[in-house]
Parts: sequence; structure tokens; C-alpha cells
Amino acid sequence: MFDDFFIRALIAGIGVAFVTGPLGCFVVWRRLSYFGDTLAHSALLGVTMALAFEINIAISIFIISSVIAIILVKLEKNTNLPGDALLGLLAHSALAVGLVVIGFLSFIRFDVMGLLFGDILAVNVDDLIIIWGGGAIILIVLKIIWKPLFASTVNYELAEAEGLNPDRAKAIFTILMAAIIAISIKIVGLLLITGMLIIPTAMARNISDTPKKMVIFSICGGLLSVIMGLFSSLQFNTPSGPSIIAAALLLFVISLFKIKQTIQLKN
Amino acid sequence: MTIENNVLVKLNEVGLKQRNKWLVKGVSLIVERGKIVTLIGPNGSGKSTTAKIAIGLHKNIEGNVEKFTDKIGYVPQKISIDWTLPLKVRDFMVLTDELDEEKINEALKLTGADHLKNQNLGNLSGGEFQRVLLARAVSKKPDLLVLDEPVQGVDFTGEIALYKLIKEIADKLNCGILLISHDLHTVMTATDHVICLNGHVCCSGTPKDVAMNNEYKLLFGEQASQTLSIYEHKHDHVHSNDGDIKKN
Repeated sequence: MFDDFFIRALIAGIGVAFVTGPLGCFVVWRRLSYFGDTLAHSALLGVTMALAFEINIAISIFIISSVIAIILVKLEKNTNLPGDALLGLLAHSALAVGLVVIGFLSFIRFDVMGLLFGDILAVNVDDLIIIWGGGAIILIVLKIIWKPLFASTVNYELAEAEGLNPDRAKAIFTILMAAIIAISIKIVGLLLITGMLIIPTAMARNISDTPKKMVIFSICGGLLSVIMGLFSSLQFNTPSGPSIIAAALLLFVISLFKIKQTIQLKN
Repeated sequence: MTIENNVLVKLNEVGLKQRNKWLVKGVSLIVERGKIVTLIGPNGSGKSTTAKIAIGLHKNIEGNVEKFTDKIGYVPQKISIDWTLPLKVRDFMVLTDELDEEKINEALKLTGADHLKNQNLGNLSGGEFQRVLLARAVSKKPDLLVLDEPVQGVDFTGEIALYKLIKEIADKLNCGILLISHDLHTVMTATDHVICLNGHVCCSGTPKDVAMNNEYKLLFGEQASQTLSIYEHKHDHVHSNDGDIKKN
């Protein structure tokens, strides 16, 4: 059954959606969309490193994204620049350096479009193992740090005053972000990973009134987007990443009607 | 139990400097089990900073803090809940600790907020939210309660009731309370120990002692001490307008 490229892509996409759902909620709650973008841009550098040194792409991306995250934390502490300027600085520098390095590696040919927007043809059995294995680890770790991470998302000082460790939870969460970007790059592509984190979550926000519901709806939205997106990608021969994100957008638009209804009910 | 065992938190000459400015300096205080210690002082006098130092929220401090408990309930002065996070009062109650349904109800009832249990946190009024914050802080039966203006925004009758309640909680849970308050009347009636801050400890003692203090009168005006008979005593320093402190 894993012989069919489409089945492989579907299984990979479903694995990704299970992880982006809960992580996406924290990205939205903690206002980290641009942080996600920065990590995703730096993933290009990770890919070139992987090609240059012939190591696994996901591992290479994970390492580079983690390094970028650490650099960001250091810069935040040691400069007076605002966070968004630092994010922009790192995102574009990493992207530029990545593209320059690709220029030097003229002996390697690879599909830049596939990298930027996802390529369902490229998913192999190894990728499935990385996505489902890595995804399971991410979810287990997230479950462990859930309480301090969630409490400090609501209020940092309350969490710290009452004996939780928000700083450690935040550091671990940053590593989880690097990991999800590493494992989802083949399906969604690096330019659209943040969309996969945010859009199903935004849809979920419109129809939920508790954090738990928001996480569940976010996962459901992600799963639906992947399935709809991949089928239409196959049907219309469009790149997989944009198709998935477009499907997520469609769900978001539908969820807007639900808000309208609730507002009318209240009135 | 020895006297030492009753001490919950002890600050020894603590100070905090930010951007070359001392927010507070040389503050010492002790909060004991069953006692209410109140911090008073004008805006920017370092009340909240001192409270945060006591619970370990500030890292680069001068002096030291000895904490004898980890069971702390905290009501911060400012808290903003984000609209992006759908959160009901019930979920908020179990934010830092698991509680069973009964304990949640009990705590909410105690602060008169039981009818709000299934409300969205974003829909509460200032006073209602304050009651929920207080309920959350007491629900896990802490050893030490740190309350930073816990009744701000609460209506007048509710305010008196809540202060009464705080006193009751201190007795019932046998916990120590570090309270920050603007309401001088309440402070003077419901507190065991008052510390008057203005960047440093201006004066401290029982409510009666402090009310009779010249410096207290300078900070809060004559009428502030009129509830109690006036008794004057001399201080060893004065404040100049630029914030300097001069010895007499």
C-alpha cells in the first residue's frame, strides 16, 4: 500500500496535521506566527547543508532551525532591537545565505519549487517514519510541558509565582517548533508551513469556546485541509503545499459564518 | 512548632535596580503564618516590585530572599487575558494546579463568583474578574498568599466583604498574606503589620504606629491618620523632590 506515492503523501500529510493542530494553537495564542516564518525560512539553509554534507534533510533542518532560534534568543537579550526587526533580520539573512550557498553547490541539482511549496511525489517511506516517529515524540513532549506552557501563555507571572517553570517550557516549545518545520517541509513546503500552523487554528478559534475544543478543531481542520488539498493537488496537478493551504483557507471562510450566527443568536 | 517554622518568607535588605534606577532598596520584611502584612505607599514606590521579589519573580536582586514554602497563591496587579485564547473561568481555576470540581465550586463560592463558573473569562467585568482571581489564588489552599491590589474594580460593598473574607481566609487556612492595598481604612483595621514604602521602607509597625508616623502623614495627607489618635514621633531622614534621601 505504501507503493503508491499518493497514499504515502496522504499518510504523511495526516501525520503532519496531527502535530500542527496543537502546536498551531500555541503559535496563535503566543503570537508566534512570524517566529514560525523565520524558522521556516532558515530551513532552506538546512536543506543546502543536508545536500552539501549528505545528511538527512529533516535532521539538518532541525539543527539549523534550532541554531537560529538560539541566536534569536541571544539577540533579544543583547540588543535593543524590537522582536519583529530581529525576526525579519534572521529570516531574510537565513534565506539569502541559503540561496547563496545553493549557488555555490552547482554540482547538485534539486527542485527549488518542491522545496518552497511541497512536493507529494518526493515523499518516501523514510519520510513517513520521520513524520510519524518525530510527530509522536513532539506530541508526547508537548503533553509533558502542556501545563507550564499553557499557564505561562495565559499569564507568565502567575505561572512562575506558583511554582511552574515557564522559561524551560518556552525553550522546549521552541525546539518543538524547529522539529515540526523539519518534518513537514516535504508536504507543505517551507514558504507555507506557518500557514499550516495558523490557518486551521484560526478556523478553530472561530468555532470553539475552550482551549481543548480549539486544539481538537484545529487538528480536524488540519486533517480536512490535508485530505482536500492533496486530492485537489492530484486532480488539478497543483503543488501540494498551496493546495492544502487553500483548502484550509476555505474552511476558515466557512467558519466565519458560524461566528456570524453566534453573534446573531446573542442579539 | 518554633517561631522560625512560622516564617513563610523573609526578605533581607533586598533591592532591585533597573536601567540605573533603584526601584526599591534595602527592604526587609517577614511574612508569618496567620499574619497579614500590608504594603502601602504612593505610585511607583515599589510595592508591586517588592511583592514580586518576595515570590521570586525578579532574578537580579540585591540582598536575599528566604522562602520556606512553595505553596503560593498570587493575585497580580495587572493581568490581561488575550482574546485569541478562549478560556472559561472553570479552566482558569485549574491553570497551575489540578483541582476537583468540589474545590473549584467551594473557592468560587467563597469569593462570590460561583455563578461565573461557565462564563468566558473575556466577558467578565473588572470586579468579577478580580473575584475569580482571588478564588483561584485561594483554591489550592496556599501557605502564602500574595495579593497585589486584590479588590481593584470591586464595588464598594463587595470591597468590604472581600477584605473581610481575606482576613477570614488567613485565619481559616492559617496562611500568611502579603497584601498591597490603597484602601488605607481597610489597611488600618484588618492588618497585623504595615510597611510604608517609598523606594525604601519609610516606616513600619502595627497599623497604629504607622498611622501616627509623620512620614506616613506626608505621603497620604493628614486625614489619612484621623481615624486614629495622633501621636508624633521623629524620623531620621527626609525625602527631597529628586528622590534623594537625606539623614537628619
